[in-house]
Amino acid sequence: MGILEVKGVNKRFGGLQALGDVNLSVAENSVHAIIGPNGAGKSTLLNVLIGKLIPDTGSVMFDGLSVLGRHPHEICQMGISRVFQTPEIFGDLTVMENVMIPCFAKRDGAFSLHAIGGVDAETDMIDQAEEMLTEVKMIEKRNMLASSLSRGDKRRLEMAMCLVQQPRLLLLDEPTAGMARADTNNTIDLLKEINEKRKITMAIIEHDMHVVFSLAERITVLAQGMPLVEDTPANIKGHPKVREAYLGETA
Amino acid sequence: MTDQSSTPSKTEAVEVAPAVQKSSRTKMGLRKQDFNIFLIVIALVMLAPFILNPFPEGSGMAQFNAGYPDLMQRFVIFGIFAIGFNILFGLTGYLSFGHAAFLGVGSYAGVWMMKLLTMNVIPAIIVSTAIAGIFALFVGFISLRRSGIYFSILTLAFAQMSFSLAYSVLTPITGGETGLQLALDDVRLFGTAAVDGSIPATNLFGLAMRDSFELEIGGWLFTFNAGYYLSAFVMLAAFYLSVRIFRSPFGMMLRAVKSNQQRMNYTGLNAKPYTLAAFVISGMYAGLAGGLMVSMDPLAGAERMFWTASGEVVLMTILGGAGTMIGPVLGAGFIKYMENIVSKINETILHQWFYWLPDGLEDFVIALIYPFIGKGWHLTLGIMFMMVVIFLPGGLVEGGQRIAGLFKKRKASTSDDDTTPKSAPQAAE
Ligand SMILES: Nc1ncnc2c1ncn2[C@@H]1O[C@H](COP(=O)(O)OP(=O)(O)O)[C@@H](O)[C@H]1O
Ligand SMILES: [Mg+2]
Repeated sequence: MGILEVKGVNKRFGGLQALGDVNLSVAENSVHAIIGPNGAGKSTLLNVLIGKLIPDTGSVMFDGLSVLGRHPHEICQMGISRVFQTPEIFGDLTVMENVMIPCFAKRDGAFSLHAIGGVDAETDMIDQAEEMLTEVKMIEKRNMLASSLSRGDKRRLEMAMCLVQQPRLLLLDEPTAGMARADTNNTIDLLKEINEKRKITMAIIEHDMHVVFSLAERITVLAQGMPLVEDTPANIKGHPKVREAYLGETA
Repeated sequence: MTDQSSTPSKTEAVEVAPAVQKSSRTKMGLRKQDFNIFLIVIALVMLAPFILNPFPEGSGMAQFNAGYPDLMQRFVIFGIFAIGFNILFGLTGYLSFGHAAFLGVGSYAGVWMMKLLTMNVIPAIIVSTAIAGIFALFVGFISLRRSGIYFSILTLAFAQMSFSLAYSVLTPITGGETGLQLALDDVRLFGTAAVDGSIPATNLFGLAMRDSFELEIGGWLFTFNAGYYLSAFVMLAAFYLSVRIFRSPFGMMLRAVKSNQQRMNYTGLNAKPYTLAAFVISGMYAGLAGGLMVSMDPLAGAERMFWTASGEVVLMTILGGAGTMIGPVLGAGFIKYMENIVSKINETILHQWFYWLPDGLEDFVIALIYPFIGKGWHLTLGIMFMMVVIFLPGGLVEGGQRIAGLFKKRKASTSDDDTTPKSAPQAAE
């Protein structure tokens, strides 16, 4: 049994069947890729997993607990973090503050009234955040406003914000979209390292086949809200249905 | 700093919090530059009787003196109100249009303490703060179900409801149109109902709030008033607390609320209690201001809760610089000064000023200025407010920083001053 078990999930937007009977099982410590053409329902699936959307039917179990009906902050506290397709960061805050906030969230929970002691006095948290920024090679940008970062840096910052919480499941929505080749390769290396060193399970949505085939141990192909096949990268590459639904389109 | 080159010139917040840094704290748990700001505020407040009375008595400029107790008290009390408002609006971005309700509720609670317990102002001040806090918890809990303009409208609705209720059904508690006053037959459990046939003065363990010490030097007259110094002391404490909140993890979370609530939720944080806590804290500041107001002058009226009073604190905060620590205090002082001083200039005074001009020109100049003074002070304030919002979005504080920036640039550019890494006021030009 996987750490994440999605069973029979349906989601309609008006007349549109965004997710139709989706089943998915992500094994602990693995990297699981979800691919599919635009509008296949990949982002919608992630929205269900983090509590942003509630599916019409079906169940989503994380480590034996249902996530359905829980608030997004509760799901995050359970250990699921997400990197968004367009980076969601605290634009008005500095890079360092962006990383410290998840540190506090991890240590103090969803709410705490630490209103008197200064942030400066939290040496443990500062160390943790600095370590994380060093790891993603952004330490020299610690005092920059997050909104002034380049798009690639924003993504890396968002990833750092997720990783510093040591999530058990990291969801990544097209983490290399819009990145230059070199940056993409750096991100692949970073994700590999994270998966091996920190033992963080990952579910990754990606358009870039290079990224998918370098990282994923298993791949699920979605098309029009339905899971077409689930298999290893080697088998997916040659699968006729996949070629037709997905690879054929982009080629 | 190293990162200046790689930063695209975007409009940036005026007072970006200085970099998070270990062991950069100095005295009283404040960062060095915060401590310096605090020292400046202490000096300004303590020396206000001098600073606000720069002109000798009887001189033509004496009417610009603001160093009389009544007005000085108002400066610091509205300063408290604005400091608290800024914790909500400046940090979380939630714009309440009903904060005067908390000030009003605090005022009523304060007068009741004096009616029931004692003329000592301490219970009045404490209970005002507490009651306003409870009321803010209730109002905030409901209003914060919405954000943006709907939140503002909900708070406005609550304040106007409070105002109407105070005038009508709640008259037994609020005194209705006459307001809540002290009376000779009040209970005053721990004090005396009357002294020599009149209502005793509000006091701090016997020191009457209206007591003043006057100092005459040459043509100058300086007044040191007990009530002012009590209010000033409370204001300094309120300011200190707000600085601590600004620099705390809690304060950082409040700025996160303003910046991106989505990300906050997906980071495992519940934005709602943070916003509610900020709302209650700022409501308590308003109640504290109300309590101090009646400690200076034990009379509370419903007009204190009218929507214009709520709007005033918004103006103060934005004019001074929302989200900056010292801005609201400046804004409060500025508006109260205009209200009390500029509004007193009348035509006769203008004639005195411009008597040296040829007659026709004198009349012309006076006709030009006249709409902006006296009762027209609102016009001046309105124009100033628009100018600030358009040209100085960071308020008076940004204005000050730009001027300081000009001087700094002129001084050697080699100074390795990296305490404020990212205040880049070059954006708007
Ligand atoms: N909140 C929404 N309301 C209505 N339709 C939506 C919503 N979110 C997504 N959709 C639709 O659902 C389908 C799947 O979208 P999405 O999950 O974003 O696809 P992708 O696989 O490209 O990430 C699309 O047709 C999209 O237009
Ligand atoms: Mg998508």
